[in-house]
Amino acid sequence: MKGAKMLIELLKREGVEVIFGYPGGAVIDIYDVLFDTPEIKHVLVRHEQGAAHAADGYARTTGKVGVCIATSGPGATNLTTGLATAYMDSVPVVAITGQVPTKLIGKDAFQEADVTGITMPITKHNFLVTHIEELPIIVREAFHIASTGRPGPVLIDLPKDVQQQEAEFTFPEKVEIPGYRPTYQGHINQINLAAQAIEKAQKPLLYIGGGVIAAGASGALRELAEKTEIPVTHTLMGKGAFPEHHRLSLGMLGMHGTYWANKAIMNCDLLIAVGARFDDRVTGNLKTFARNTETIIHIDIDPAEIGKNVKTHIPIVGDARLVLEELLKRVESKKHPEWIQEIEGWKKEYQPPRKESAKLLPHTVVEKVYQATKGKAIVVTDVGQHQMWAAQIYLLDEPRCWASSGGLGTMGYGLPAAVGAQIGNPDKLVVLFSGDGSIMMKIQELVTACNYCLPIKIFVLNNSYLGMVRQWQGCFYKGRYSCTQLKNPDLAQLARAFGAEGISVKNEAELEEAINKALSIEDRPVLVDCHIEEEENVYPFVPPGKSLDEMILWEPGKEG
Amino acid sequence: MQHVISVLVENKPRVLARIASLFARRGYNIESLAVGPTQDPTISRITLVVEGDEDILEQITKQLHKLIDTIKVGDFTNTSFVDRELALIKVNAPSALRGEIVQTAEIFRARVVDVAEKSLMIEVTGTPDKIDALEQLLKKYGIIEMVRTGRIALARGYQSL
Ligand SMILES: Cc1ncc(C[n+]2csc(CCOP(=O)(O)OP(=O)(O)O)c2C)c(N)n1
Repeated sequence: MKGAKMLIELLKREGVEVIFGYPGGAVIDIYDVLFDTPEIKHVLVRHEQGAAHAADGYARTTGKVGVCIATSGPGATNLTTGLATAYMDSVPVVAITGQVPTKLIGKDAFQEADVTGITMPITKHNFLVTHIEELPIIVREAFHIASTGRPGPVLIDLPKDVQQQEAEFTFPEKVEIPGYRPTYQGHINQINLAAQAIEKAQKPLLYIGGGVIAAGASGALRELAEKTEIPVTHTLMGKGAFPEHHRLSLGMLGMHGTYWANKAIMNCDLLIAVGARFDDRVTGNLKTFARNTETIIHIDIDPAEIGKNVKTHIPIVGDARLVLEELLKRVESKKHPEWIQEIEGWKKEYQPPRKESAKLLPHTVVEKVYQATKGKAIVVTDVGQHQMWAAQIYLLDEPRCWASSGGLGTMGYGLPAAVGAQIGNPDKLVVLFSGDGSIMMKIQELVTACNYCLPIKIFVLNNSYLGMVRQWQGCFYKGRYSCTQLKNPDLAQLARAFGAEGISVKNEAELEEAINKALSIEDRPVLVDCHIEEEENVYPFVPPGKSLDEMILWEPGKEG
Repeated sequence: MQHVISVLVENKPRVLARIASLFARRGYNIESLAVGPTQDPTISRITLVVEGDEDILEQITKQLHKLIDTIKVGDFTNTSFVDRELALIKVNAPSALRGEIVQTAEIFRARVVDVAEKSLMIEVTGTPDKIDALEQLLKKYGIIEMVRTGRIALARGYQSL
């Protein structure tokens, strides 16, 4: 069997149903095989970065491994932003890139790039296949590495001549990598210590991240929180891991987190971090972070995360679900009425102010979409203020309903990720919140969405600014708006040119009408261009480097 | 504080690049690095000397371990170990001073491995301190060029990594 055929055969055996890709000379053999492979759907994107983000959006919302393909050289380098995005957020993606024939490697051949070299720091692992005999084990290992332990992107660089070589098809049943044995079971002694700490705590707090979703630990987490009455705050990546409508949910913490979640972090006596990595957007000033906390428990599958940013007292390396299940067996039912009351007090102390404005407010857009979709959509975002408003206002009760670039903060992630999410969840409603800056970064993927008749609902919070940067310029650079004002095309008209529905919205009445229309269209994407108040800022806001309890709660000078 | 770290890795292409890239991107400083195969040809041993406090060292070892090709990582800091370095030193040696240089070498149990009309090449193994000392003494004759391997180390006793 030829290498290219073998690759597709192996992908089928790994259960791959869809590939996001873009052809080229170095992968033409693979595409030739795909021509005769109806079992695998190939989604043709319009830029390889889109392929990587689509595979990522597919993976985040389905829990399966996302697969993308690109040709050698420029095709492969175009994938890199998507791979780095998946790497920072621990998303299982397998990328396959064509490479120049082995004889030409290192000769600066046409469309040659050292792709394994370039992607080394932004993949969990990568492979260069030099002999066809290695292909089966490499593909097996790639999927194994991508989807187990702490998930992440893995790249296979496959030279053209290897795709054309012939060999007998083999399928290695077992994958054993001597240096790769993730620890799943947490250490029992440590779990016992954690149980004792929970027993003792007066003001315990759960701080959860994307690891809870990756491990499928939402159920165990909820049981633990309810049994021991521990309030829960989540990171941007942990959105949906714990129902945001739950009485114990404090919402998101960190730079744009809720007032009460950040207050709780600064006042808890026990902090239980699960599948979260103490990112600087979450901790604020590390020196003062959780300064009243006596004990920090950190549960994570990646030992390198433990102690990386914050000193922990009870480290537990293991799979979040397995560890939480063990922990559940060891804790008694408990109540913390005083602690809960203290938190309720903070909730009453500060409610985000309702602003009156003649212009459309971003909050209104997210809120109305939330109401119209009954909170049941898969929500995808780009990066900027709109991302934070979506995170703050669109509350989610289920895991895998949220796809947003957290670690890398990649503008342009949204549209292709929404394509991947909709392909992976054909029966679900997919909503994208984007900004006028972000949407333009990957607008070409609207073609992809149209070609595959994907009914994605795109809401652009159009403020004619790179809003989040403008906010910082306003707060820290004396309002010198250097290069952040955008002159945009008519986005609704642009959408129509692509073959999508495009609607322009300037006030609340138009908005409601547009949302209803958008929800009724089932055969193509809809872009609703919402012209919002231009200089609205995201609050609350912990300025970079400040403590979590030094939040700016609302616009200076406009209190009350 | 200086730490000597021993890493067993799969003997595959690009493994060294992965390790070097890890150090580069996380801002850790490598003082010396020596690589070679072990008794098992599929496994190489890398000996790293790095400077850093406990927290940095913990991160370095964990990050090294995280690489898929890494089989084992050991920090020799609190164990008893033997470490050695090899150096080749080419020194100016006019006939009048030759005896003196050879004598100095002998005191260090170093060997002369090449003799030419105006120079000698000396091979020395030992701890880095010892090599530093010999280098210091040979300086006055004029060192033409020299090369050091970087430290290699093994823990004492029957146990292995
Ligand atoms: C690829 C990329 N380039 C630059 C940035 C820096 N950046 C962060 S937020 C932002 C502004 C985003 O503007 P827009 O998409 O219009 O969203 P808004 O903040 O206005 O809601 C920029 C430029 C980034 N995150 N990603």
